[in-house]
Amino acid sequence: MALRLPRIGTSQIVALVLILAANWLVSPQFFDIRLQDGRLFGSLIDVLNRGAPVALLSLGMVLVIAMRGIDLSVGAIMAICGAIAASLADSHSLPVVLGAALAAGLACGLWNGFLVAVLGIQPIVATLILMVAGRGIAQLITEGRIVTFNSPELAFLGGGSVLGLPTPVVLALSMLALTLIIVRGTALGLMIEATGGNPRASALAGIGTRLITVAVYMWSGLCAALAGIVAAADILGADANNAGLWLELDAILAVVIGGTSLFGGRFSIILAVVGALIIQAMNTGILLSGLPPETNLVVKAVVVLAVLLAQSPKLGGHAAGLGVLFSRKKA
Amino acid sequence: MQTLDPLLPPSPATGHVPLLQVTGFSKAFAGFPALDRVNLNLGHGEIHALLGENGAGKSTLIKTITGVVARDAGQLRLDGVDIAPRSAGEALTAGIATVYQEVNLAPNLSVAQNLFLGRQPTRFGLVREREMRRRAQALLAEFGLSIDVGAPLESYSVAIQHIVAIARAVDQSARVLILDEPTASLDAQEVEVLFAVMRQLKARGIGILFVTHFLDQVYAVCDRITVLRNGRLAGSAPIAELPRIELVKLMLGRELSEATAARPARAPGASGAPVAAFTGYGKTGYVAPFDLDLPAGHVVALAGLLGSGRTETVRLVFGAEKADCGTVRTAGAVAAVGSPREAMRLGFGYCPEERKTEGIVADLSVRENIVLALQAQRGPLRPLSRREQDEIAARFIRLLDIRPPDPSRPIGLLSGGNQQKALLARWLATKPRLLILDEPTRGIDVGAHAEIIKLIRELCDEGMALLVVSSELDEIVTYADEVIVLRDRAHVARLTGSQIDVPAILAAIADTPPGAAATA
Repeated sequence: MALRLPRIGTSQIVALVLILAANWLVSPQFFDIRLQDGRLFGSLIDVLNRGAPVALLSLGMVLVIAMRGIDLSVGAIMAICGAIAASLADSHSLPVVLGAALAAGLACGLWNGFLVAVLGIQPIVATLILMVAGRGIAQLITEGRIVTFNSPELAFLGGGSVLGLPTPVVLALSMLALTLIIVRGTALGLMIEATGGNPRASALAGIGTRLITVAVYMWSGLCAALAGIVAAADILGADANNAGLWLELDAILAVVIGGTSLFGGRFSIILAVVGALIIQAMNTGILLSGLPPETNLVVKAVVVLAVLLAQSPKLGGHAAGLGVLFSRKKA
Repeated sequence: MQTLDPLLPPSPATGHVPLLQVTGFSKAFAGFPALDRVNLNLGHGEIHALLGENGAGKSTLIKTITGVVARDAGQLRLDGVDIAPRSAGEALTAGIATVYQEVNLAPNLSVAQNLFLGRQPTRFGLVREREMRRRAQALLAEFGLSIDVGAPLESYSVAIQHIVAIARAVDQSARVLILDEPTASLDAQEVEVLFAVMRQLKARGIGILFVTHFLDQVYAVCDRITVLRNGRLAGSAPIAELPRIELVKLMLGRELSEATAARPARAPGASGAPVAAFTGYGKTGYVAPFDLDLPAGHVVALAGLLGSGRTETVRLVFGAEKADCGTVRTAGAVAAVGSPREAMRLGFGYCPEERKTEGIVADLSVRENIVLALQAQRGPLRPLSRREQDEIAARFIRLLDIRPPDPSRPIGLLSGGNQQKALLARWLATKPRLLILDEPTRGIDVGAHAEIIKLIRELCDEGMALLVVSSELDEIVTYADEVIVLRDRAHVARLTGSQIDVPAILAAIADTPPGAAATA
């Protein structure tokens, strides 16, 4: 066992280290961190800060994917919840603002979960509905404008700092801890892995697969709501058209880089977050390198491919079929 | 007994080169030898039974022959020529085709499309649908099968699906056909149809390697038997030189336990308090309303042909399907069994017939599979600690002799019999008052077979109520206190005590009065 554990996630950690090293090559001051007005600054902190929204999304996405599902609506949920938070920010107290936005995220997740678990609609189709409609709902909330606000309390969630760390990083870390406690501290993790691995067998073993499905989509909605609040707080406003745009794809990518199969079953929450950091480290590195930002997507694709190939059991010299299973054992 | 010497190299003394010659095959998984210097010769037009307990190495041998798993050592010759396929596709090109227990075809495509998938007749790059159907019809006609080849494969019985898979394999110029437990889910008539096909292929000179657990079938159709035990060749002999008792000894390496001995007769009325009583229970179009009493310390067996409503009955009892009429009483009080969770609350457990699709979670470890139902019963908020899980897994691995005794191994890597034991452990861990077993001994080897039957009796003696579905009438009569016979999705007969014997059950299944059964 002692030999097996470090091996899990080796390729992700190596990839992250390599990308950070590459960033250091193109920008020698990459690892410089300085303390200014009680807040840490530096490129590394920037990676964490900018990566926080996708990291938040990946916390929900990893559970959804482990259940053989997918949640395409998280970007739209970000827009909805950001719009709600921004619209209420100047007229209501912070608890009301946060409560409303988070409740909206939970409601969105409940809707997705209802479509998937109760009506039996395929997850990709079910969440596509909210992906499309959600952005429309966000536009209705903002009445087609970009809503700005001045509330310093809400702005603190995007631009403030706690113990020197940017608030989004602290929020993401707190959610990571909370997710780990809820999922791995209870038997939910086992139940999610069992349901994702074999839904029929799990239901016959007495697992409340339907309830867990709904709960997992609601958790994804909640994480997306928090990401939306952070994004709105960051720009002191809500842009219904662009908030969280395409971030669902980054979140799915983060989960896949983190080694969770789209076919469900085994998952790793921490590695999903590492996946989110890998994506952000690349984005930051490309900006720092002075390469035209247009190359970002292509470079990203190449790195992702490299990480996935490194994870592929076939590349480890194993044949198809059972080799896939044995490679895990041998490791 | 030269033929039984496991290390004897294949002799060319037979005059001609065997069709398929396996020499010194070895394979180890993580240092655990699964095959150890195994030899096997398959002649032209020979039906060759490959037998052995679960974990004996049959699957590994097949996978190493077809190249799905790379062998560590050994030589493979087809018609005297060395071959080394690295995948099932390469094996097929070389002339070795495999048809597995679970047919590996596309159930939603038509029979014709399945037969010609990947090699459809085309003109200008377009599939010639009519030509394909004509050829499919002709191909199946060779096997005496005249069906609508335009209908989806899934609309046909498993037997026909198997024949389609075989026809596809043979049509791709296969000279060696490996059949991996093709008969496990077929009824007696379907097996005969399959045998007819096998005999026809034999006449064409095709060599067939036939893996099965049914000894009757071995003697009905095979020419030669090779037995593996613990990854080694236990023996190989022509069928005429290997009487059944010798074969069983070879497979087990020991005498059969007392499993087939008669059960001591119970005093009538010795039954315990009813664990559950179903009255007028049923579901329209699924199974007709039935009455079913399940007393503690009693084994109630359900007998009948495939599709007679046996599995349907137990799914209703466990709440996997919702009944639309009738009542359940447990301990005198009216209860509801609308879902597996409700059934578990009443102390029911259920090992389904479809082990792979409804039983195991293949990726999870043996430990996780064993604790799954108990954990589900406790709910997510009361997790079993790792230590508790380890203890439970270790206890049942020891109790049921699950092999290999490694709780962290993914259960999908275990043999069928050991998977079944782990599933039994999953339910025993919940300490059920009623355990429902649907074909608990199907597709598993003789040894595990005997152990599971022994376990059924022990659990019964401890006061558990058991409801067992089984096609093995010889087994049923050894452990059942009551046999309910089903036909056409209805409960048609109920036998108790001294009424229980094989002829009586057969007569009830066939709907003939007991007296007529002898003459029929």
